[in-house]
Amino acid sequence: MVYYIIRRVLYAIPIALGVSIICFSLVYLGPGDPIQAVMPDEASEAETQRIRVAYGFDKPIPIQYLLWLNRAVQGDFGNSLQHNRPVIAELIPALQNTFRLAVFAATLSFLIAFVAGGIAAYRNGTWIDKSVTAFAITGVSVPHYWVAIILVIIFAVELGMLPAIGMGSGSSRDWAWDLDHVKALVMPVIALSMIPMGIIMRTTRASVLEVLSQDYVETLRSKGLSELNVLRHVIRNASPTVLAVTGLQFGHLLGGSILIETVFVWPGSGLLLNEAIFKRDVPILQGTVLVLAIFFVFVNLIVDIMQTWLDPRIKRG
Amino acid sequence: MVEMKTLDMREGAQGRRQQGEEITVGSLRARSYWMMVWVRLRRDPVSMVCGVILILIALASIFAPWLAPHDPYQTSVFKRLAPIGSPNYLLGADELGRDMLSRLLYGGRVSLFVGLFPVVGALLVGGTAGIAAGFVGGRTNMLIMRLMDVFYAFPSVLLAIAISGALGAGFFNVILSLTLILIPPIARVSESVTTQVRTYDFVEAARASGAGSWTIIRVHVLSNVLGPIFIYATSLMSFSIIVASGLSFLGLGVTPPTADWGLMLSTLRQSIWVNPYVAALPGAMIFITSLCFNLLSDGLRSAMDMRL
Amino acid sequence: MMTVHPERAAGRSEREQPLLAVRGLRKYFPVKGGLFNRSVAMVQAVDEVSFEVREGEVLGIVGESGCGKSTTARLLMRLIEPDAGEVSFDGAAVGTRDGISTKELRRQVQMVFQDSYSSLNPRLPVEDTIAFGPIVHGIGRTEAKERAYRLLGEVGLDPQRFGRRYPHELSGGQRQRINIARALALRPKLVLLDEAVSALDKSVEAQVLNLLLDLKKEFSLTYLFISHDLSVVHYISDRVLVMYLGKIVEIGPVDLVYNCPVHPYTRALLLSRPSMDPGDRKTEPPLSGDPPTPINPPSGCRFRTRCAYAEEVCERIEPTLFELDEHRNHQTACHMAVPGSGHSKAAASTTA
Repeated sequence: MVYYIIRRVLYAIPIALGVSIICFSLVYLGPGDPIQAVMPDEASEAETQRIRVAYGFDKPIPIQYLLWLNRAVQGDFGNSLQHNRPVIAELIPALQNTFRLAVFAATLSFLIAFVAGGIAAYRNGTWIDKSVTAFAITGVSVPHYWVAIILVIIFAVELGMLPAIGMGSGSSRDWAWDLDHVKALVMPVIALSMIPMGIIMRTTRASVLEVLSQDYVETLRSKGLSELNVLRHVIRNASPTVLAVTGLQFGHLLGGSILIETVFVWPGSGLLLNEAIFKRDVPILQGTVLVLAIFFVFVNLIVDIMQTWLDPRIKRG
Repeated sequence: MVEMKTLDMREGAQGRRQQGEEITVGSLRARSYWMMVWVRLRRDPVSMVCGVILILIALASIFAPWLAPHDPYQTSVFKRLAPIGSPNYLLGADELGRDMLSRLLYGGRVSLFVGLFPVVGALLVGGTAGIAAGFVGGRTNMLIMRLMDVFYAFPSVLLAIAISGALGAGFFNVILSLTLILIPPIARVSESVTTQVRTYDFVEAARASGAGSWTIIRVHVLSNVLGPIFIYATSLMSFSIIVASGLSFLGLGVTPPTADWGLMLSTLRQSIWVNPYVAALPGAMIFITSLCFNLLSDGLRSAMDMRL
Repeated sequence: MMTVHPERAAGRSEREQPLLAVRGLRKYFPVKGGLFNRSVAMVQAVDEVSFEVREGEVLGIVGESGCGKSTTARLLMRLIEPDAGEVSFDGAAVGTRDGISTKELRRQVQMVFQDSYSSLNPRLPVEDTIAFGPIVHGIGRTEAKERAYRLLGEVGLDPQRFGRRYPHELSGGQRQRINIARALALRPKLVLLDEAVSALDKSVEAQVLNLLLDLKKEFSLTYLFISHDLSVVHYISDRVLVMYLGKIVEIGPVDLVYNCPVHPYTRALLLSRPSMDPGDRKTEPPLSGDPPTPINPPSGCRFRTRCAYAEEVCERIEPTLFELDEHRNHQTACHMAVPGSGHSKAAASTTA
């Protein structure tokens, strides 16, 4: 088991490096010289050259990459071109806001989906099962940004109960545990949790069905074990897969929150990314994508190790 | 020889009863595999309804120029945000007074194409890479799949946005970035299925008959591998449409004034305070299409599983 | 090391040379482990195996699971590359320039696998599966189809009714007949049957065995019949070869080996068969313990850890196949049978 952990961690390193290379080269994907995005149109050639040297754009690309990587590892992503503040200062509060959304959404999805999926499996073939399955498929098929808009229509426009946009703190990015903020949290979390809920529901249902069909469940029952105790066994065996999927969905939530954050103008990393793309703020773009992607690599690592640890059927070492 | 024949007939009859197939003694031709899948699919009402809906949507989009009552780019100051059911404007009008029905029809062409073409492209590239990796095995396999792993290490939506953001908005850019993010999962599934099929005895038996690798791939591997890969690709279609529309929603996809469901959803957002129903329409189209693809994909999977 | 000379082998059949001659076949599989998935140990699946198959006979191979029988079959067909040893078919060495190629070998030698379902491509109608081999070797499509049709009839399936069927529409026995037909499509001289009837119901098994014997007579075939079922092997084989942990422990005519087994393992194996006679009960198992792992087999004689007669010489020196009876070709690899080997039960040395 230890061998597996070490190998898995070692494997994550070249992956992370590959990810960083892709992040770095994103800038060069677009047409034209990246420096043009930074400079105003009227800048003179000398000005352009000076900025070019200052940002290190004059060096060969591999060298630029290594310099950038070196700084990135230390947390220095340069300064935002829009605000001229360190990227990291913009990124951290934004990440925290997105993190809050993701944690709430993942927890909500898991709780509802695990219970519903389990019930559906136990009541296989009945209308309960069919309704849960229908709901799950709907969750997976729905464009979550559209659900967000529908929610806003219902609860903000028609009923006026919840705020249509914002995090509840006006223009600031700080969070506080008060009613305004919590009210603002409701709709984004619901919208975000639709897709993970559908996926986890299907996974749970399939997993529990598979466990229930195993011979050893019959054996447990015939030995006189109460249904509650049988349930404990079933949960223990179905959990690894479901937890793994939940973990991965959490990673996807972190990375893919941009659409919801755009609808609600939620000051998270997604919104930051959105602004950075349109303002062509390269340092923020590179920094945000890198951090989010590396975080996803990390989540994958944890999920893999946890799944191997929990599920004895998976080969170890 | 005689005893064997009578015993065989008993075996044969028993075998037929076990399969539950209605093969009468007179039927000499067993149906081909895909025909059997079609027969099973036909019996599934949900799949059939979804299939019909999708065909209708596709046809409506293709024949948009003939079906649309108005020019989708024709603005009208007076008709702005006309409600659903207005005279002449069956589904209302958008914030610039353009007819929603016409925009939805024309929008379907863009949204469907941008959503589905990447799946086809990813199938060609990722499928080939995955099958090759799965069949050859060894170092080549490791190399290809490791490369895929690096792209797989990104959350898909993030990668799509990052690539689109870097490339800039535009019709071809969206298709390109979406194709790129779909290649790794298809490659992964292709490789896994091919590796599995490669271990089956009949592949070994084919090798034992003296066949070379290309013949084995052509005759034995492909026919068994394409089915599961194809099913997986159909399950990706709904994801692809949602993300493609999402990119347009963010402004990273097609540019205005092109009609596209995602883009329409974005521009109508401001109008939810005035006419929420019209504003929600484009999203409903995305939802219906995506839902039908998912249900159909599930139905197809059940139909292809001969054991059930 | 072979102690049987080809000339003595000729006593049984008309031909001078055996159809298949195997010398020193060896195959080890690496066991991966540790931090970098290095090869930490070797599974000695097949080790220095040598034997012959004579034309027209049925050679049975018996042994417990993991003794290397299936690996041997796959090595013979070159589905796995051997680490060492040579295989000669009809006098021609396989894989060398002046011998025969692997592809040609696969025309003369065919194999029937155990799992009848997974050995058939579920997407092909069975007649296409049968016709595949001939087409690969250059026979035209129409002629290959005709051959397939005829073979279906030979194995007892009406070509009209069964030709276009798919594997999932057939029963286990029918599928195995298809597998046999497929093997015969290339008109091979030697057919390897790897547990070919093990997965079938008993009544079906009997039919298929009889079919195999009929086909052998009709097409002048030679069989290598691998099985763990001793009675089946007895029924169908002329000679039998007993394997243990990758090595041959006894070879001989089937009646002789079954009635007068020499090697302790063979004896234990035969004694393990339950008897139909209620008076003949066994209270103790003739063979105790589990077979040791082929990763680190015991030194010297591999069977010594379960042998009641194991002695010091058994641990030191590995026994090789010894000719017990010149005329009847009964060999065994046991120190007890070799005069002057140092074993207490062995006869005194015959050399002065």
